Amino acid sequence: MILTFDTVALILLVITAIMALKIRDLLGASVVLGIYGFLMCLLWADMGAVDVAFTEAAVGAGVSTVILIATVYQTTRHSKD
Amino acid sequence: MDAFLENFNYIVYVVLMMIGLYAMISKNNLIKKLVGMTIFQSAIILFYVSIGAKEGAAIPILDHHQMHVAAAHDDHADTHKDKADTHEGEHADTKIHKADKHAAGAHSNHTSAEHASTHTDKLEAPHAGEHGDHDGHHGSSEINPAKFSNPIPHVLMLTAIVVGVSTLGVALSIVQRVHQGYGSIEEDDILNQIGPNTDG
Amino acid sequence: MRVKPIKVFALLAVICVGSLLLSAMGDFPAFGDPNSPANAGQLATHYITQVRVETKVPNIVTAVLADYRGFDTMFETVVILVAGLAILAILRRPACESSRRFAEIAAMKSHVDLIQVTTCRLLIPVIQLFALYVIAHGHHSPGGGFQGGVILGASFILMALVNGLRATLLRFSEKKALFLSAVGVIIFAGTGLICMLLGGNFLDYEVLHQILPYTDPVMARSHAMLIVEIGVAFTVMSIMFLIYAVLSSGGEMEGGL
Repeated sequence: MILTFDTVALILLVITAIMALKIRDLLGASVVLGIYGFLMCLLWADMGAVDVAFTEAAVGAGVSTVILIATVYQTTRHSKD
Repeated sequence: MDAFLENFNYIVYVVLMMIGLYAMISKNNLIKKLVGMTIFQSAIILFYVSIGAKEGAAIPILDHHQMHVAAAHDDHADTHKDKADTHEGEHADTKIHKADKHAAGAHSNHTSAEHASTHTDKLEAPHAGEHGDHDGHHGSSEINPAKFSNPIPHVLMLTAIVVGVSTLGVALSIVQRVHQGYGSIEEDDILNQIGPNTDG
Repeated sequence: MRVKPIKVFALLAVICVGSLLLSAMGDFPAFGDPNSPANAGQLATHYITQVRVETKVPNIVTAVLADYRGFDTMFETVVILVAGLAILAILRRPACESSRRFAEIAAMKSHVDLIQVTTCRLLIPVIQLFALYVIAHGHHSPGGGFQGGVILGASFILMALVNGLRATLLRFSEKKALFLSAVGVIIFAGTGLICMLLGGNFLDYEVLHQILPYTDPVMARSHAMLIVEIGVAFTVMSIMFLIYAVLSSGGEMEGGL
């Protein structure tokens, strides 16, 4: 448990979450959500939860991003706000 | 200020949850609402997992040494007990095969016990220091729970992550269905198309 | 620019809930404290110290997930299956005229890219082999049924992205996916049922040593955990691919990403 890494990762997490909501291009928002998932995975690996980190890397940063992009492809790409 | 620095990570978890909640309520685009839902769920999972984290702890997977030194140490404890009390207390409450071994070949049992004892002496010489202190040293036979991360939040959050992605999949399918029906995924567009007087 | 009332309301709600949560924060134990009530409790110490004796599985998380908390895992597998069925029920429709024309056009002008196809032809078997390793080695390393199942599903999604959804559906059709996902749940629940038929409780793996050859009750728990994880992997793999196939084609299973 490296505390500096935890602090930096948490600050990056907040920045990524705000960015994922502010980007109007939904494809970009999906990719930033993938970054959010990867940061979570690193944070959990640092806390000793390796199984959870493995699952989040596969599910949250992998499959979840792909199905979000698939839905954006079938609907509209740009949002109004 | 001290309280802020000590609880910094808890404050960040609450901030993340509130970002997700704000997005779910106030964003106009349906997919942005789902992004907010994902952020909210991930923040809750982060909070739970951080409860089980321990300073200086290892991951909750026992290595080969901890798995098998334990079994070997239980055997050694048995032979030590056999040699200590002269088998009389053992007779009453041990199983039949031990009584048989004893009645049949007391000699062979003694020699095997002596072999076992020399073996334990040879085995314990390098581990002599470790048997002395049992508090938290990895090499000792006792597993110190404070040296492993708490596995229960990990188990619960594994379920939570997979259920979260299933929920996201169902929500995205509803978004697509709405788009097929109304042609747009912006909330005000959809409400305008449904009509101004929806509630009686 | 007028501020919309919903945003004001959202801000108020967020401030109220956030301040409530932050005020409760003062009672939390310090981060990383080994003696906090959650970490020093009786259940956690029992799991950590008794897992090697009762189940002989080194990965404590897998042991708790598949054995001590087997009910949770079984119902989670059912939840995944139900989510897949719900997505099918909401979105599945026969291919309509415009998309059929699009599918014909797409088939004529092949979207496949030579580099991608060749690379993935080499990569996908390795990915699937790694996923099978993750499932089988879940007792000794981080991994298990969920992780391996998701990686297997992701390999099929990769195949669909590169070769086109139609080519992948020729290999792993919707019917096969539904059948495999049901088989996964049946494996899990069936193991529990067999335990009941042999005289134990539901999902009480110790009584399985009567039918598994060369095992004692402790090793029977370890082997039954592997069987149960395989069931979970089947369901997760099929449903992950099915979710992608339905979502990326708008329910028609033609065209798509």
